[in-house]
Amino acid sequence: MCRPQVVAAYPISPQTHIVEALSDLVRTGELAQCEYLTVESEFAAMSACIGASAVGARAYTASASQGLLFMAEAVFNASGLGLPIVMTVANRAIGAPINIWNDHSDAMALRDAGWIQLYAADVQEATDLHLQAFVVAERTSLPVMVCMDGFVLTHAVEEVDLPEQEQVDAFVPPFVPQQLLDPDDPVTIGAMVGPEAFTEVRYLMQQRMDTAIGTVAEVAHDFREAFGRSSGGLVRGYRLEDADTVLVTLGSVAGAATEVVDELREQGIAAGTLTLTCFRPWPDEAVREALAGARRVVVLERAFSVGRGSIVGQDVRDSLHDLPVTVVEAVGGLGGRPVRRSDVRRLVEGVAADLLPTGRLHFLDLDHALLASAGVR
Amino acid sequence: MTSTRETRLYQVGTFAAGNRLLDLEDRSVQAHPDRTNAITSGHRACRGCGEALGARFVLDAAVRAAGGDLVTANATGCLEVFSTPYPESSWQVPWLHSLFGNAPAVASGMAAGLRAQGRATRVVGQAGDGGTVDIGFGCLSGMFERNDDVLFVCYDNQGYMNTGVQRSGATPPAARTATTSTAGDVPGNPFGQGKSAPLIAMAHEIPYVATATVADLRDLEDKVTRAMEHHGARYLHVLVPCPLGWAADPSDTVRLARLATESGLFPLFEAEHGEVTGVTPIRHRVPVDDYLRLQGRYAHLFGEPGRPDLVARLQAGADRNIARFGLLEEGGDRP
Amino acid sequence: MFNVRFHGRGGQGVVTAAEMLSVAAFDCGLHAQAFPTFGSERTGAPVTSYCRVDDRPIRFHEPIEEPQAIVVQDPTLLHAVPVLAGVQPSSYVLLNTSRELSLAGVPDGDRVAPDRLVTLAATDLAREVLGRPVPNTALLGALAALTGVVPLEAVLVAIRQRFAGPVAEANVELAVRAHASVAHDSMGTVRAMGPARAGGTVGGRA
Ligand SMILES: Cc1ncc(C[n+]2csc(CCOP(=O)(O)OP(=O)(O)O)c2C)c(N)n1
Ligand code: SF4
Ligand SMILES: [Mg+2]
Repeated sequence: MCRPQVVAAYPISPQTHIVEALSDLVRTGELAQCEYLTVESEFAAMSACIGASAVGARAYTASASQGLLFMAEAVFNASGLGLPIVMTVANRAIGAPINIWNDHSDAMALRDAGWIQLYAADVQEATDLHLQAFVVAERTSLPVMVCMDGFVLTHAVEEVDLPEQEQVDAFVPPFVPQQLLDPDDPVTIGAMVGPEAFTEVRYLMQQRMDTAIGTVAEVAHDFREAFGRSSGGLVRGYRLEDADTVLVTLGSVAGAATEVVDELREQGIAAGTLTLTCFRPWPDEAVREALAGARRVVVLERAFSVGRGSIVGQDVRDSLHDLPVTVVEAVGGLGGRPVRRSDVRRLVEGVAADLLPTGRLHFLDLDHALLASAGVR
Repeated sequence: MTSTRETRLYQVGTFAAGNRLLDLEDRSVQAHPDRTNAITSGHRACRGCGEALGARFVLDAAVRAAGGDLVTANATGCLEVFSTPYPESSWQVPWLHSLFGNAPAVASGMAAGLRAQGRATRVVGQAGDGGTVDIGFGCLSGMFERNDDVLFVCYDNQGYMNTGVQRSGATPPAARTATTSTAGDVPGNPFGQGKSAPLIAMAHEIPYVATATVADLRDLEDKVTRAMEHHGARYLHVLVPCPLGWAADPSDTVRLARLATESGLFPLFEAEHGEVTGVTPIRHRVPVDDYLRLQGRYAHLFGEPGRPDLVARLQAGADRNIARFGLLEEGGDRP
Repeated sequence: MFNVRFHGRGGQGVVTAAEMLSVAAFDCGLHAQAFPTFGSERTGAPVTSYCRVDDRPIRFHEPIEEPQAIVVQDPTLLHAVPVLAGVQPSSYVLLNTSRELSLAGVPDGDRVAPDRLVTLAATDLAREVLGRPVPNTALLGALAALTGVVPLEAVLVAIRQRFAGPVAEANVELAVRAHASVAHDSMGTVRAMGPARAGGTVGGRA
């Protein structure tokens, strides 16, 4: 729909059906003027996108997990070169142990890669975010990852309002590259930079990322105007007004979080939830504003930093550092373990009752019996 | 071409004729009472999986040749997935799975680590065609070029089967896969793409390169045994039909492997230090049609209107192989 | 909300069945969600898929643990995986089998209400109508008759959306025949007790 001109992708579960379908569209000519490269690795996939983008073509790929890490060097390179590539990440755990199911370890491992990262809460939002991603990428000349939970969203059938092609064309204008390899006006892209200017290049990158916060919000706003539906943006709050205890999530847990909030409100617990759609750049102000009224915040994520703990939690804590809010950090749903409403409810109830200490990572869904069977207590 | 065979008359003690088992050293590895059973039964491969069959014969023969002193590295792929569903394992040999694209380098590291400890343990690396000819190819070439003491085995089912049958660099022309659908005007995988990993291996002039299939299992065992007689980098490329990916009947696996060689599409040869040292001549030549028609991945070539032009191009490819390797010439067999 | 869990083996169209049910629900103006528990399964391995149907948008994503209906596409699974896990006294169980069947010894089998258990020789029927042993559309037709979660017409719409040409029509015939046989068999028992879909409302919010 967004008319990519070059798709270079390498199969990996749970992304395969996305690229298979795209390859079909290209072969049948339904996706006109598009080249599909069946590359020999993810490293080649991202590298081909870099080449394509540098000569002015809209480039797209999709990957996950091991594949995302296999292309990591090129991922950092793409952002360093300021190339507006869009990539779908069908979030999946990283091995060993090898595991094809959902968590966020893959995208989180690349959170510092200089890419904009957007997380979809459901299938509709995943669709919408792709339209927005191309606009954001090309407006900022930064690459964008659209993260959608593997299997949970990639293999779900839900109702989706598919926009008309004309609407999409109006929303996603043709790609006008901000830099281009053009024989009529030769430039050198990718020069070596020493200590004399490396810091400055990085500084400018950080600045660009900062402005991208505004762009992400602006494009979501334009999207709502154009399609009459609210999707994407920086963060999305639910029943935050007068909420004492707020659950912060990203990805497909968002829906369960809203259900749990409704249930808790019925029980008289003043709960709310905040869904992070944009994780990089970190929407500091939006997070702070949304959570400033809360007394307790619990961050539930599907990844953690081994040896440290919560990843998103650190950022949340940082945004709230001078406010009287306690931040509890929790991890759950690793390697495809479903995050059930009942688990989420237990977590939020515990936090609301001040039963969960801060300063350590809480595992939402540890199977203690399994650990005991391995002799671990 | 006629072949002669020595006739022996077994007598059971009187003049009465009878049968007997071959001498132990003449028996196939699989017929040996103390075969390792490197991949034990109960794994989760599909019915008729050529890869499961091929890997068992390869590993058992390698273990026998190594006197039981062997470790193996395995790339991600069907073989890895179907043999190790948590918390089970089919492997009766020490076995490591690391990643999809690094099995040759992991095997190189094993060989170096063993050598550093003064151990004579042998190393076998294994991967599917994707792990070998695509994502692992850089590591594989490095292993060949350094002549690391590894036997690397590629189980070629001509596609990425584990992820649901996508094209690989070993997918033959005209085959339908999930990424080379028969929609559009290029039906199936395009002609003029793909590579011959055995020929590229030979270009590294490594001690031993061979191709084999699961149709002639004694030949497969022999080639593993011969490969294990060498040290340095060795490469074995085994054609292993995949009923799922080829859309073929599970009972046709061995038949398909045989037709692939008898049509000339998959030549069987051995090479040492970059020179072909032997080829297995075709005994009953068959047209490629016989092979193609049994497989749903080629269904679009047949029927109405069909693509006789593409079948002819595939036949021409088979003819080229036959000419190039002398597959119909007498005395083409191994010296 | 009405929750259906499908059990079968890779190659039997288990995932497609749940997807088609969701499409049928969309066709009736209902909300639905279908998804599989996927593994790195090969042909013949056990596969589970789920479909939720509701008259309100479905916001959460989690497997169905207390299904209102369980469809077992392959009877050999009864003793292999906990297909009846979470079964409620009011849950329907639709079993594909051509034999006389008892749930004796099947985990949770004693919790299935006898008048809610229906068997259908769906594979035989599929072989007869389609020439292929793929039972899923037959079971969908039967499920529609048994539970009323969606009307048969909606199932036919979903089938025609999924398949094309003669394959679609053969599957339509299959679903219609399966629907008729269940509707007939259980007349007065199962049907009368079903949570009949009144005015587009499905069950209650469980
Ligand atoms: C870096 C990386 N990219 C992609 C994958 C996904 N993946 C796993 S196995 C596989 C295909 C395996 O194909 P092949 O090597 O031919 O083995 P087969 O399954 O056909 O035996 C793919 C694409 C992965 N595990 N890691
Ligand atoms: S998909 Fe093919 S290679 Fe994989 S287990 Fe099945 S038959 Fe074997
Ligand atoms: Mg393969």
